[in-house]
Amino acid sequence: MPNSKEMTVIASKGTLDWAYPPFILASTGIAMGKEVTVFCTFYGLNLLLKDLSHLRISPQGNPDMPMKMPFGPKWFQAIDFSQKIPNIFWNIPGMEFFATRMMLKTFKNNGMASIEELRSICVEMGVKFIACEMTMGMFGFSRDDFIEGIEFAGAATYLDVADKSSQDLFI
Amino acid sequence: MVDQTLDMCGYACPMPILKTKQALAKMNTDEVIEVTCTDQGSKKDFKAFCNQLGHKLLSQKDDGNKIIFNIQKN
Repeated sequence: MPNSKEMTVIASKGTLDWAYPPFILASTGIAMGKEVTVFCTFYGLNLLLKDLSHLRISPQGNPDMPMKMPFGPKWFQAIDFSQKIPNIFWNIPGMEFFATRMMLKTFKNNGMASIEELRSICVEMGVKFIACEMTMGMFGFSRDDFIEGIEFAGAATYLDVADKSSQDLFI
Repeated sequence: MVDQTLDMCGYACPMPILKTKQALAKMNTDEVIEVTCTDQGSKKDFKAFCNQLGHKLLSQKDDGNKIIFNIQKN
């Protein structure tokens, strides 16, 4: 069904940077007249928690992440510290928090919406979210930890939805 | 003739598209919205957006900084 107006996304990652693509693509899909379902599984479950303020980036797990400062003079902002800082540096307590703050500032400087804002637009525009019940149990989450209006189901439910859709993205 | 304007200068993808979609939802068929934005990616994105939904992209102006789209609602 190449012209089906349905689209699905599997959101499997739970870091701040990787929280963006599912919400950007889902909201844009809705804006373009598609019916969109996002299946949140494994760490992607984090994207449906009521409180998103704990989302962080992981510089240690992303050695190629450009690491540019969002403040200071132009020449300073142009330096890519990811090429200069040894990866072990990110083991120092507080460094991941610092990098997350810098990333948030970079997002803001570039006019990017916050994750909270993007998610509420998705909900408002009618994106359907499915939380993976199996990973929920495994990670010890309860239904109360999640935002309202989402569905709790498993792989078979997702595949049934995806069967009718023409665009399925794994993120 | 422009019925509504929307200023999305300084906002990155996908906000210009999302806010345009929301504004269009409140408008009547054949009414025109003028969207101003600075997101360079939107030059192609608005074409694709209009193409998918059948809206008419009446004009697209780029003064090197701001991009101005006139879109007629389907």
